[in-house]
Amino acid sequence: MKLSLGPVLFYWERRTLLDFYAQMAEQPLDAITIGETVCSKRRAMSLDNWLGLGRELQQQSGAQILISGLALIEAASELSSLRRLCANGELRVEASDMGAVQILGSLGVEFVGGPALNVYNGHTLAELHAAGLRRWVPPVECSGEQIHAVIEQARELGINDVETEVFAYGHMPLAYSARCFTARAENRPKDDCQFCCLNYPEGMSMLSQEGMPLFTLNGIQTMSGEASNLLADYASLRDCGVDLLRLSPRAEGMVDVVQAFDRVRKGATPPLAVTGCNGYWHGRPGMLRSDEVNLC
Amino acid sequence: MQLVCPAGSLPALKSALREGADAIYVGFRDDTNARHFAGLNLDDRQLRQGVELIHSAGKQLYVAVNTYPGAAGWARWQRAVDHAADLGVDALIAADCAVLGYAARRHPNLALHLSVQGSATNVAALAFYHERYGIRRAVLPRVLSLAQVRQVAANSPVPIEVFAFGSLCIMAEGRCHLSSYVTGESPNLCGVCSPAKAVRWSEEPEGLTSRLNDVLIDRYAPDEPAGYPTLCKGRFVVNGERFHALEEPTSLNTIDLIPQLAEIGVAAVKIEGRQRSPAYVEQVTRVWRQALDSWQRAPQNYRALTQWQDALDKLSEGHQTTLGAYHRSWQ
Repeated sequence: MKLSLGPVLFYWERRTLLDFYAQMAEQPLDAITIGETVCSKRRAMSLDNWLGLGRELQQQSGAQILISGLALIEAASELSSLRRLCANGELRVEASDMGAVQILGSLGVEFVGGPALNVYNGHTLAELHAAGLRRWVPPVECSGEQIHAVIEQARELGINDVETEVFAYGHMPLAYSARCFTARAENRPKDDCQFCCLNYPEGMSMLSQEGMPLFTLNGIQTMSGEASNLLADYASLRDCGVDLLRLSPRAEGMVDVVQAFDRVRKGATPPLAVTGCNGYWHGRPGMLRSDEVNLC
Repeated sequence: MQLVCPAGSLPALKSALREGADAIYVGFRDDTNARHFAGLNLDDRQLRQGVELIHSAGKQLYVAVNTYPGAAGWARWQRAVDHAADLGVDALIAADCAVLGYAARRHPNLALHLSVQGSATNVAALAFYHERYGIRRAVLPRVLSLAQVRQVAANSPVPIEVFAFGSLCIMAEGRCHLSSYVTGESPNLCGVCSPAKAVRWSEEPEGLTSRLNDVLIDRYAPDEPAGYPTLCKGRFVVNGERFHALEEPTSLNTIDLIPQLAEIGVAAVKIEGRQRSPAYVEQVTRVWRQALDSWQRAPQNYRALTQWQDALDKLSEGHQTTLGAYHRSWQ
């Protein structure tokens, strides 16, 4: 099983980001995806900055370095940026929108399909394979059983060269909107947001009126309130045919997270239970933890 | 601009036809349909009757096979596509690449429209579906500003349809898992958002309370109107403040924008609401027909009448409407 570090979904200062990746370069990771996937106004890093970081990481770390782009493309300028990103010529691209799939397919380069692409069956995986997809991250709401069925169906169609990467740790991206919820919570118009999401390095917690963490507001993205954690499900991940586990960066404690997953993949016994949720993997509401609903 | 109206039953279909819809969209009675609710939708006999009525009036019928098939259900989606082709409908509305691919190869004469659930917000995404599956129209998600719709329509390889009136999805359609996170059922796979079976209302000491799978969505003071507990329209707490953190209970209404949408080159405007009653479909279709005719007669003098606005407000969630993402300030 390979370990993959997903793109940083939050907005961090450039210095924070570079320090984070310097730390991650020393970790036992097999893939690192960089790039901004949420908001085009987050400009602490330009495409050239990201590509420069990618080059450094390629030298410092043994991991495959990839770059991802925006999941929700609205403005013409965003589409132009996406075209430049797809044509970067250095790093493999994770497509987070069908627009990226189209551009990469036209360029004839192989790519990774991110979790915002809707792939729920093997026939769709085959359609994207024809466009150049060679690794996919299933939508976060898919269960292990559903993912396994997609892999099997694709195999029956003769697709044997697509890797499967499952979102295994971190706040899950659940939705994208035209509206910036962070700016809304701060009573700022989106066009004058003052980059207020910089103040929330792990997003803004949105609680129910009874104090339950329901969602995490991250600009135009709405994320899960709980962090997903599939460490206790390691055996079933492996048995389902998953090739990579995606660990989604958080502001604190990522070294410990990578280390914990690394120990388990090297043979340590997975914990019986962990903090965080894993309902989706078990075909249940995503917010649940399987030991709470007697699934284990 | 074509007026595309919803029908979840034969009476609703007849109402839409009578009141001046140019096209009517329906779905089958199974999970291939994103409006698959008990007691809703037309059976085969009603569909055949509907096709006949609509075609003899010179109008069009579209069928939405617009959820995403999981691997296990694939054959059901194939059958739904075959069924639509067999009925002789004027277009199939679909989102999933494999469904579109199957339809394009098996039924090359069946016109394909990309569903809003396909989540195509830019010309590159539209080019993907056009080049690979030959779609002839695309419905844009409700996330673009008017300026962005203009830019997409100007460069799109296919005509564009936009949402004009009805429930307001504030998330990019096809990209929202909020409902499955809380209830296990999602728009993409189950065609539902905040499903009714997960809803619970209770009178609590703090007030009338709505919950979705036990999660508190909203709580109302005695004089406050209570709305359906859609996840994105509840009141939540952020930084210690209780408010509609995502959106208020409201509906989309773009009747003011008819001249702009027409000038942009939008091919069709869509009314949401296959789950609504025939009376709702009748009233909304009537108002929109009047508005479009009024614009057609004298584009320069078009003005949305107060009586239209009033009629639509009464039919709206929370009795209020918004221009949504079309208007930049909403964002």
